[in-house]
Amino acid sequence: MSGPSTYEPKTAFTRWLDSRLPIVRLGWDSFVDFPTPRNLNYWYTFGGILTVCLMIQIITGIVLAMHYVPHIDYAFASVERIDRDVNFGWLIRSIHAVGASMFFLAVYMHIFRGLYYGSYKAPREILWILGVVIYLLMMAAAFLGYVLPWGQMSFWGAMVITNLFGALPLIGEPLTQWLWGGFSVGNETLNRFFSLHYLIPFLIAGVVGLHIWALHVPGNNNPTGISVKTKADTLPFHPYYTVKDGFAIVVFLIIFAGFVFYAPDVLGHADNYIEADPMVTPAMIVPEWYLLPFYAILRAVPDKLGGVILMFAAIGVLFILPWLDTSKVRSMRYRPMARWFFAFFVVACLGLGWAGAELPDTKVPVLGALGVDFLLMGRVLTVYYFAYFLVIMPLLGFIEKPTARPASIEEAVLNGDKPAKAGPGAAPAAQPAE
Amino acid sequence: MTDEKNPNGGGEATRRDFIHIAAGSMAAIGGAAVLWPFIDQMNPAADTLALGTTDIALGELTEGQEITVMFRSMPHFVRMRSPGEVEAARETAVSSLPDRLARNRNLDESAPATDENRSAMTAAVSEGVEIEDALRQALLVTSASCTHLGCVPTEGAGDYGAWFCPCHGSHYDTSGRIRRGPAPENLPIPPMTFISATTLRLG
Repeated sequence: MSGPSTYEPKTAFTRWLDSRLPIVRLGWDSFVDFPTPRNLNYWYTFGGILTVCLMIQIITGIVLAMHYVPHIDYAFASVERIDRDVNFGWLIRSIHAVGASMFFLAVYMHIFRGLYYGSYKAPREILWILGVVIYLLMMAAAFLGYVLPWGQMSFWGAMVITNLFGALPLIGEPLTQWLWGGFSVGNETLNRFFSLHYLIPFLIAGVVGLHIWALHVPGNNNPTGISVKTKADTLPFHPYYTVKDGFAIVVFLIIFAGFVFYAPDVLGHADNYIEADPMVTPAMIVPEWYLLPFYAILRAVPDKLGGVILMFAAIGVLFILPWLDTSKVRSMRYRPMARWFFAFFVVACLGLGWAGAELPDTKVPVLGALGVDFLLMGRVLTVYYFAYFLVIMPLLGFIEKPTARPASIEEAVLNGDKPAKAGPGAAPAAQPAE
Repeated sequence: MTDEKNPNGGGEATRRDFIHIAAGSMAAIGGAAVLWPFIDQMNPAADTLALGTTDIALGELTEGQEITVMFRSMPHFVRMRSPGEVEAARETAVSSLPDRLARNRNLDESAPATDENRSAMTAAVSEGVEIEDALRQALLVTSASCTHLGCVPTEGAGDYGAWFCPCHGSHYDTSGRIRRGPAPENLPIPPMTFISATTLRLG
């Protein structure tokens, strides 16, 4: 889709620069004149939003590192000092802490968007895999960062997660000691977690570069899933999508600011305002909300190693999704069965998150009367989670009869298949006129 | 001799190919050798490895009391069990346990998980120290890290009246043995020695 370059340097300096380092040309071709499908809806703005999230985390993180002390005796106090004494420290730390949640919120929207519109299917498999790599790096960065304030949840979260690796046969114990730099989570651990937490965002930035590169080879997918055929199917990225992304970013930042200024701690746990105590585990430890579904999957298995394997498999299965989905149709707009399974999949993910937040023995509201506790709910939803990828996606391509698709993006747009302002659920696109 | 091909024709390996492969292999081995220090630096450092000991003053422990001490940066339970608790632990058949090994550093690895093998009866006694069997039987010292994922179990909770791990619901009995829940092993028992009638040394 990326055709010959249309950039023409206009000044003597840009001509001089272009023949030495064509960086302006690269920016022009990538973000100004880049031909983009004309029917992208707001679900496609999360890529831009995520770029902003990454920049916010890096900038606030660099500032926080100027005041934070990565030592078990001083870490907790230094974070309190940032909140109370450092000029605007309360603001910058809130932005960083809330920013982590907002980053995950946006990435989940981005991932579900990709799942619904079949953005992982050929020729975008590498693009998808790079995205899963970024998601993994994000989880690592979030986990490492959560340890740094050295509160009770920091400490015990670190304890539980590092002990997961202890479940591996033979290498388990040496591996956990290698991660800890000792016989337990301690100062060595905190130190290296700080170092790695600083490193990972830059790795993410690097993979994001590859992600955008891989995006710009086939170009964007779009809500119809139909490939771009002619110039009439596209619009230049600027101003059409710079403005659309810009508007979405502003709306997103308003929600972001709402949390920062009015509820900076609502997404965290009160226990993390108690300094880490290696002698006492809090009565209930749960991860941050964005990791809860995986926590529920971990607990769904009564075996230590089995639970760990299944939890990592839940992310691993995303890597092979492009080859598990056998349908010839990309977008679920035209897949009457797949869209229902997808809707249940979203519900299952939310349900797993809920199950992960509750104690396993607690009865589920309403269903509790039938003896359903959160452990059972987690197990049922875990089965569905894996069945969606390993059974439903492979079989559906053979069973399902897709509905009629428009011949081109241009036709889809002109025949009233309007660029959806709302989500996929509201898209009136199931029966486009031929 | 040209750079590209063996002048004698055919796809035969040349002296140059050999030098390329040999040089490349050496570079790879050298790279791997340099990598090791950067991996190994994350392992426990010499000062961390220097084994510490922890002395516990038993005189202050009353029957039924439990304290938590730090030993090699890990919390450990020290519990002076009541006769009822010892009795309950003794009556449990080893064959009914999820983990039938004592997991006691003072004993052989294959020792069965009887209460006798878990209690301070297995601790060494320094020369000249006299200590009552009743005290040694009542005293239980175990790691306080749940063998599931390392949380510290809560005292006096769970189905067996001893410890319950709040993280993922493992129940331990009054001998520190896993009875129910996801934890795979009994709480391990550290090496210990009575260095006086009222002092137990861990390590």
